[in-house]
Amino acid sequence: MQTITAFLVLIAFCVVSFFLGRTRSQLIAKTRGGASLHSLPKHYGYMAAAWAFLPSIAILLVWTGLESSLIYSSVVSGLTPEVRALSTDQLGLYYNQLQSFALNQIDEFGLDEAQIAAAQHYREISASLAYKKIIVVLVAAVAGALLALRRIKPTLRARNHVENMLEWMLFICSFIAVLTTLGIVLSVLFEAVRFFQAVPVTDFLFGLQWSPQMAIRSDQVGAAGSFGFIPLLVGTLLISIVALFIAVPVGLMSAIYLSEYASRRFRAVTKPVLEVLAGVPTVVYGFFAALTVAPFIRRLGESMGLSVASESALAAGLVMGIMIIPFVMSLSDDIINAVPDSLREASLGMGATMSETIRRVVLPAALPGIVGGILLAASRAIGETMIVVMAAGLSAKLTINPLEAVTTITVQIVTLLVGDQEFDSPKTLAAFALGLVLFFVTLLLNIVALYVVRRYREQYE
Amino acid sequence: MNSNEDYRTTALIQASLRKRYARERRFRLYGMLAVLAGFVFLFLLLADIIIKGTPAFTQHYIKVTVDFDRDSLGLPQNFTSEDLARADYGAVIKRSLREMFPDVSIRAEKRRLYRLISIGAEYSLRDMVVADPALVGKKRNIWLLAHSEASSYLKGQVAAATEEAERKVKDVQMRWLNALREEGRTELRFNTTFFLAGDSREPELAGIKAALVGSLYTLLVTFCLAFPIGVMAAIYLEEFAPRNRLTDLIEININNLAAVPSIVFGLLGLAVFINFFELPRSAPLVGGIVLALMTLPTIIITSRAAIQAVPPSIHEAALGVGASKLQTILHHVLPVAMPGILTGSIIGMAQALGETAPLLMIGMVAFIMEVPAGVTDPATVLPVQIFLWADSPERGFTEKTSAAIMVLMAFLIMMNAAAVYLRRRFERK
Repeated sequence: MQTITAFLVLIAFCVVSFFLGRTRSQLIAKTRGGASLHSLPKHYGYMAAAWAFLPSIAILLVWTGLESSLIYSSVVSGLTPEVRALSTDQLGLYYNQLQSFALNQIDEFGLDEAQIAAAQHYREISASLAYKKIIVVLVAAVAGALLALRRIKPTLRARNHVENMLEWMLFICSFIAVLTTLGIVLSVLFEAVRFFQAVPVTDFLFGLQWSPQMAIRSDQVGAAGSFGFIPLLVGTLLISIVALFIAVPVGLMSAIYLSEYASRRFRAVTKPVLEVLAGVPTVVYGFFAALTVAPFIRRLGESMGLSVASESALAAGLVMGIMIIPFVMSLSDDIINAVPDSLREASLGMGATMSETIRRVVLPAALPGIVGGILLAASRAIGETMIVVMAAGLSAKLTINPLEAVTTITVQIVTLLVGDQEFDSPKTLAAFALGLVLFFVTLLLNIVALYVVRRYREQYE
Repeated sequence: MNSNEDYRTTALIQASLRKRYARERRFRLYGMLAVLAGFVFLFLLLADIIIKGTPAFTQHYIKVTVDFDRDSLGLPQNFTSEDLARADYGAVIKRSLREMFPDVSIRAEKRRLYRLISIGAEYSLRDMVVADPALVGKKRNIWLLAHSEASSYLKGQVAAATEEAERKVKDVQMRWLNALREEGRTELRFNTTFFLAGDSREPELAGIKAALVGSLYTLLVTFCLAFPIGVMAAIYLEEFAPRNRLTDLIEININNLAAVPSIVFGLLGLAVFINFFELPRSAPLVGGIVLALMTLPTIIITSRAAIQAVPPSIHEAALGVGASKLQTILHHVLPVAMPGILTGSIIGMAQALGETAPLLMIGMVAFIMEVPAGVTDPATVLPVQIFLWADSPERGFTEKTSAAIMVLMAFLIMMNAAAVYLRRRFERK
């Protein structure tokens, strides 16, 4: 709360320093006998505001980040030696209790007196720290603004100054993409490494058994749990292949029809309508798969004398296929359109029919690009979550029969992480190991696909 | 001889031509079938949801002659308004129902009788009496909200032909409901609860307001982060970035992030924002940050395209009259590129609105009854609410799920229509 107050006060102060800087530059220009300023008055204002804002916001952020550990060390050092001698986990629990009490999230029930006293200490320290924080941040803001105001002279190149700062900001904004990737890789890798300390990598990569639910309590018999990821991989691939079996023929043929045969008008109407399929949220597809398609397939199978699981891979794959139709369609469309007309005209001029031209000339020429597009679609299918969470099963069965229930990598990540979690159990960490695999598999597919598509485009440009 | 051979060749060619033309027609037909298949899938999906969801927008009410008897309310002689708020309205409803059907005496049957009326009816009675204490001791005909199962029967969704054991609405209940309907004591009304309430365990009391507000807060955070950062990044990459390794690295990263599965962003949010920075779980703040990181690539890529499309003459004219590079961009390039940038941002926001998986990771799957009051309150969003309801086996919730999907789709269609409108206007220039 104090952070938000401090932030708002800071913003208000920056507005004030903007006006101060602007007025001051105008005044100086006037008193110096109309000596013209290098920059517009508002640039001096911006400069003052930036000097007030940037150092103090940095202090505010760093302080907020360090605050909890400062409070922690101070409170823990005030505890009795017996308590401090507890193991890290127990001390953490003890501290969490008194912290939630201090923040009025729980009542004093079940707390000992030392904890209540420490909680009081906690409150005092956090209050005084918050107070100090606001003071320090404001002092920094005032100092920054004063420094900037004092530097205002007609010869000061305020505009260049401000523009330089802005350029740096622009750079930082674009660098966020790199930081995000770094954040993903590090967070997933870090937890995955902890997982591999508990479970050997080879067990994970080559194991044929997946039953993480066994590992909930460590004192149970057979509590080790088994973390072989092969059944998940096979399940994921099975569903993705079913999806591609739907999406590739339909998407590719639609793209061919729309780009080679259809009239302009038909195309202008049809394409956006089919692209609606891409805009439907995945949770809607999941609902459709679980409540409409799966029961339908089950009944259909029963009427033909087949036993179909109620959460069959077929249902999930089918609906996922529908979802990626527009994806395959627009990618193939781009690629077919990039094939030069001279190739088509040459073939047609030799007397080939339209379909012969497409099959023997256009498609072979477009093949690398189409393969790239299919790889991109496959990476979509592998990373898709909601459809499989809602329509695929939970039990990891090693099978390639699409009528049975299988589970996928994403389903397992969701089931392992939703709900109560203890952060050190291999069960929770396994989700991050799966995330690592998912990230790198999709990354690899994307890199290969983009490379293929780009190579192909260059060929005709 | 020669002409004979010619004749044969012509015959051969004509025969093969017939085949080739047939093949051509078939190929064309496959293409049309593929387009048609896409249409059929879309139609089935939408029809399924609309058919399932439309009934959820109405609810049945049952007219009950309620006897606000002081004894059955459990009120003392001189009651205060606090007593009124705590009185036993459930007992009043039960008594009134028994009076309407006096021949019901077995306990199990009584319980079935009580199940005709929603639990929420107690609260609406309480509000009525608290607002008008003079009602105590009087009899009134009051429309009470029906239980979702009763409503479902009255809407004709329960086939009487199925075995009694397999349906939730039993034969006796059907008889009672039929009797009520014949007396004109049932009425179908527009379901306002659905838009004004939070989640509930009872389908007839569940609504999407909390989820809608949660979605709004989440999108607000997403927009406040993703839009400025995305546009600034696009400006840098289009106008300032020198051609070097670092720029290449940034570009490769943006392209790859666009294809990273959304659930991985959820893992990032869980590990970094919740476990490391200790931001609150289930909060729109964290959800918004995660979705912002997810939509950033979309916004950057479309903004770059929009900036690229600005004619160089505008650039050069501004530079020529002495504007600095930044002034050129902020005063001249950006306003021209803005419709395109907005189009991309709206599409990115629409993606974020429909996203579910990363939000499951950061704990936005809680059962939320209260409308969140800020970005740090526990909240859920519309797609997650759909996910939660879809898991519920009750028929009433299936209906609610489809209705919530219709609301979500309506929002998405509106956003996309806005994007298309902007794009059209942009193209005309």
